Amino acid sequence: MMNSHALRRFLFSLATLLATIMMLQPAEAAGTGYLFVSNERSNNVLVFDPAKDYAVIKDIKTSRRPRDMHFNHDHTLLYVACGEDDVIDIIDVATLEVVDHIPTARSPEMFVFNKDETELYVSNEENSTVQIISIKDKIIVNEIPTGAEPEGVILSEDEKTLYATSEVADMVHVIDTDSGSVVDNIIVGTRPRRFVLTKDGKELWVSDELSGEVSIIDRATNQVIDTLSFVPPGFRPVDVTPVGMTINTAGDTVYVALGRANHIAFVNTASHEIEGYTLVGSRAWEARLSPDEKLLYVANGLSDDVSIVDLETRKNIRTISAGRIPHTVLVDG
Amino acid sequence: MARFTHLVAGATALAFASALSVSTAFAQQQPAQPPAAAKPTTAVDIGYVELANNPMYDSVYAYYMVPVRPLGSPLAGAQLGIADAQTIGKVIGVDFGLKSELGDTIDDITRTVRDWSGAGMHFVIADLPAAELLKLSDAVADLPITIFNIAANEDTLRGADCRANLVHMIPSDRMLTDAMVQYLVSRHWRNILVLQGPSEQDQQVVDALQQSVQFFGARIVEVRPFELSNDPTNRERGNVALVTGGIDYDVVYIADSDGEFARFAPYETNNPRPVVGASGLVAKAWSWAYQNHGSSEVTQRFEQTVPRHMDSQDWAAWISTKAVVQSVLRTKNGDYPALLAYLLSEKLNLDGGKGNPLSVRPWDHQLRQAIPLATTNAVMDEAPITGFLHQTNDLDTLGVDQPQSTCKFPG
Repeated sequence: MMNSHALRRFLFSLATLLATIMMLQPAEAAGTGYLFVSNERSNNVLVFDPAKDYAVIKDIKTSRRPRDMHFNHDHTLLYVACGEDDVIDIIDVATLEVVDHIPTARSPEMFVFNKDETELYVSNEENSTVQIISIKDKIIVNEIPTGAEPEGVILSEDEKTLYATSEVADMVHVIDTDSGSVVDNIIVGTRPRRFVLTKDGKELWVSDELSGEVSIIDRATNQVIDTLSFVPPGFRPVDVTPVGMTINTAGDTVYVALGRANHIAFVNTASHEIEGYTLVGSRAWEARLSPDEKLLYVANGLSDDVSIVDLETRKNIRTISAGRIPHTVLVDG
Repeated sequence: MARFTHLVAGATALAFASALSVSTAFAQQQPAQPPAAAKPTTAVDIGYVELANNPMYDSVYAYYMVPVRPLGSPLAGAQLGIADAQTIGKVIGVDFGLKSELGDTIDDITRTVRDWSGAGMHFVIADLPAAELLKLSDAVADLPITIFNIAANEDTLRGADCRANLVHMIPSDRMLTDAMVQYLVSRHWRNILVLQGPSEQDQQVVDALQQSVQFFGARIVEVRPFELSNDPTNRERGNVALVTGGIDYDVVYIADSDGEFARFAPYETNNPRPVVGASGLVAKAWSWAYQNHGSSEVTQRFEQTVPRHMDSQDWAAWISTKAVVQSVLRTKNGDYPALLAYLLSEKLNLDGGKGNPLSVRPWDHQLRQAIPLATTNAVMDEAPITGFLHQTNDLDTLGVDQPQSTCKFPG
């Protein structure tokens, strides 16, 4: 029989063991359900609760010019690139407070994580570089010069290739992540912004903002194999400025935000056919799906609001007020 | 796989110093070379000409940031354009360079341009007053050369004095007055008191303003001359309060290419009214304070290279290099006819950092463009103002449209 001292030690060890086991388990994917919207000019992330009729439940003050946002895998943390303070803010999702920062080069804009979340790849708009940053140590592992004004970054499924756009150089840089060097460049349309990868990994789509088009690149050859031209009702081609794209889990539909043409375009991934357009708010730059993929949330930078599109009917069913110049919208699902 | 933890060092612009007659160190980094064998490169040089002792570049006016005067030599804008082009150049195997000439006379400049043409140059950026620009244009009309006008606003250059080898990157007087009048009409400030300075340029601005007012439904209540003067017998013309008194109006529009009179006009008018035109709210091709459409990124890159704000002529020089680079890129460095055809076509689709893509109007070779309306530190709006529509391209609500154009390219 253990004496009380040994019993305490045993129980303490058991408690520690259990705690360790629990920490090692991946957290449940069932998130808060909240909608997070970064706002470039009001320097905040607004948190809405769809279950409470989209009431604002928190106004998180971030570093200045918050833009791209990503959750970590278990949705315990939300990372926000803050372009005017040259940091990535880290928000604790449980407390909805900024708890840490990762310094970057000038004007971080968009970023992605690698699979094991040890590193992130961030485009630094005013520095003309893409940086690879070790998250734990907050050190810059590699810095890759790009053409001026890099923006979109996307990592291949096998993590061997990072693609980055240069808005000024009208091209996509193909970067080998091991060596950190540009191994190829793909000239696309005018002012390329962001990416989406098809689920089979065969095609890389790039939005060419000032061409009003999306260039579709065959990843095997790094050649542009198709170009989609968008002309929503009531708009001329010069007014169509596609920026953000998002793809559903099934991979059959790409949703393209058409910028100053104030519409979302629905594109059939396989056939490249533009199936239709839905009117949203002013300067729609980014769209994200709800976790059940029944709704599409669209950030409208110049009407300072978020449109909610019902994906069954493809109709704009609601608009909610956001902060000033909303940039990215994410759902914690 | 092992990961190399090294920093990829960027090179400076030293490699391009030979192509620049002004050596300036750039903070910008060069993109890393792909591991494959380097392509053989073709040199494409762009020319830049400017006149020594050009009265537009009085340093006192620049110091006071008089809005109708440039803040410094726009050569810096062209140099930024060349720096921006390096990434494209490396990928397509073209070495974009700049050759500049500061000439004492227009004859010196003409000689240099002809020499450049002989060496294969096809595009020259010209920072010249209108008369000298026409002399240059006529003197090289027989050569395969196109000249970008980055400084002369005169409407006649787009009209009766148009030339096939000129492309105007800086807006015309009429585009600037159209931009302002659209704004005034949108604010319902339709009754305009015009103060006109003594120079020929001021007359041209007032002529343009008359056209704009007619087009957009505003009204000039009176045109009153002003003079820079402290002559007590001439007080009516020199004193802002006196010259703006005894009449009602919504706004005072000052046509003052010198800029000194206009500089001291805001808050000195007899009636409490906004001042626009040469001070107060000014229509310009570019403002350092412009923040929409990625403009601040361009300005930011510029201001890293020279210790001053980026201004209209800087932008015009920058967009000139960009037009050449895009033409070379998209024609795969075609011959001169192919380059020129692309430059002048609807496909040009230039990203000028001002929103809608830019292209050249075929009827007068004016670059169509949005025009910001700026104070000293903010852009209040941009023309074409929302609601002003055009049959084919809303940018063509600014400036002389095709049916009204008096330009007939000679030959």
